[in-house]
Amino acid sequence: MKIVVAVKQVPERDAQLAVRADGRWIDEGDLNYAINEPDAYALEEALQLKEALQQVGQPDAEVIALCAGPERVASTLRDALAKGADRAIHIRADDLAERDTLALVALLAETIRVESPDLILTGLQSDDLGLGQTGVVLAELLEIPHATLILRVKVLHDEANPAALPKRVEVKRELEDGWFQHVELPLPALLTIQSGGNRLRYATLMGIKRAKAKETRTVEATPATATPSVALERVYLPEKQKRTEMLKGTPAEIAAQIVEKLRFEVRVL
Amino acid sequence: MSGVLVAVEQRDGTLTRLSLEALAAGQRLATQLAMDCSAVVLGQGISQVLGELSGMDLAKVFAVEHPLLQPYTADGYVHALEQVVKHAVPGYVVFPHSYLVRDFAPVLATRFSQVLIPDVIAILAGPGGPIFVRQLFQGKLNADYRQVGDGPCFVSVQAGSFRAEALEAGTPPVEAIAVNLVPEQIRTTPSAPFREVAQTVDLTTAPVIVSVGRGIREQENIPLAQELADALGAELAASRPICDAGWLPMERQVGSSGQTVSPKLYLAVGISGAIQHLVGMKGSKTVIAINKDENAPIFEVADYGVAGDLFEVVPALTKAILAAKG
Repeated sequence: MKIVVAVKQVPERDAQLAVRADGRWIDEGDLNYAINEPDAYALEEALQLKEALQQVGQPDAEVIALCAGPERVASTLRDALAKGADRAIHIRADDLAERDTLALVALLAETIRVESPDLILTGLQSDDLGLGQTGVVLAELLEIPHATLILRVKVLHDEANPAALPKRVEVKRELEDGWFQHVELPLPALLTIQSGGNRLRYATLMGIKRAKAKETRTVEATPATATPSVALERVYLPEKQKRTEMLKGTPAEIAAQIVEKLRFEVRVL
Repeated sequence: MSGVLVAVEQRDGTLTRLSLEALAAGQRLATQLAMDCSAVVLGQGISQVLGELSGMDLAKVFAVEHPLLQPYTADGYVHALEQVVKHAVPGYVVFPHSYLVRDFAPVLATRFSQVLIPDVIAILAGPGGPIFVRQLFQGKLNADYRQVGDGPCFVSVQAGSFRAEALEAGTPPVEAIAVNLVPEQIRTTPSAPFREVAQTVDLTTAPVIVSVGRGIREQENIPLAQELADALGAELAASRPICDAGWLPMERQVGSSGQTVSPKLYLAVGISGAIQHLVGMKGSKTVIAINKDENAPIFEVADYGVAGDLFEVVPALTKAILAAKG
């Protein structure tokens, strides 16, 4: 069984963001980058599926990490290999900002079609753009079924022959307000993974060592040609919705001010 | 191609709150553009919702009933709405940004070679057409988006961004649309929704909540927040990452995937304020936030803010509260 995990590299969570001089994106100069968090959960789910498959006599189960972006995304792919992905594909593109979701996904789909995986996993949304639609649109372009907000994936084996290539999966999907749902899908299928369904692993020293021998294939992206259908025109700091009184001083002074507010204004003391 | 079409959702025969907000957004957009606003509802057994919609200022209500639209599947909804959009030819299609919409709307837009503009918090009138405002980087920045393609423009609106109270009343005609849908088109098999074991922690009734986020860094530091909660007689809650990591049980999670709370006091410790969290607590009467990043979105909804090191401020605060209580 072949599993492709599509991941994105995004600025680190704590990054101090500044709007670029032309106001159309952020200043990328000094930023550090990391794997998009929901994608880390997608990778973990894929690795756990692979390990489970190997235990039922499917030694050729394989996880392929896929990432599109400039040179820097190679580090995220290296991390994925160190955690246990078998090989990686880097779609090298410096012009991702000029592509809308459809154009970016077309790029991913082109590369994934060659691999014809049984299962594609990706995070439910990215921490930077937060559009939450790469996976769903990818399923549409690949003409395969999908399910979103998935916490757990269970491969449904042919009970008479567990070593046979599975044909279906059952997933646990998160709905709103604490509700969940199981959904069954035929393979190949695409799933967008919600965070928290599994526990992320760290790369081991051995894993890091092994990753050096693993294959990363680099594919040059075809230049963006299609006219985008949506455009991001301006990026800016949001206006405050509330007037926030900022409390300043030493920790003890701040604590004293809060106690006073709690007593006389909030009245909980 | 003209007009605004709002695709609404129902739960137990009533329009969801978010659908009412989407209708309000649709009406406003239509007014801005001097266009008509219509609505479409899908499902099986939708007469009650049609009754609700028949009192609103809409040019038309499209009713799509089909046995294969219940339960929801992405395939069923995409096939049905594709036919509705081709029939109604709207210039804009507005959705509530619900979990359901996130599952199928991007596919629908793709069918028309368009890209959904999701999770919109405001719609402004611009010189070349409407500007759709979205949040980037978990709410740290805003961005203006514009449709430049020539197909219908698909957008979804974020919960709490448009006021359902602003809905205008009217008496629209209802048009039933028969859609072609066959079982072979539905590739997934959903089962009935369920809840995990009954929740034992009810945060919704707690008058005071101390909530802890990623800024606490390690599980070993959770007692710091617990001690503050104890001093205040508060319930301890958390943002999603803390529960994802297993540092606190899921039932203590506040946010779109956890509980929605509106206590007298919400004291946010090390919470940056991603939108998924804010929707669960912005109804709190007073919000106090302690976070090291002065630009964290939590300060946008806070009454009092401390831009500082929680590892210094929280113990000092616990001590001061205990002293004040004598």
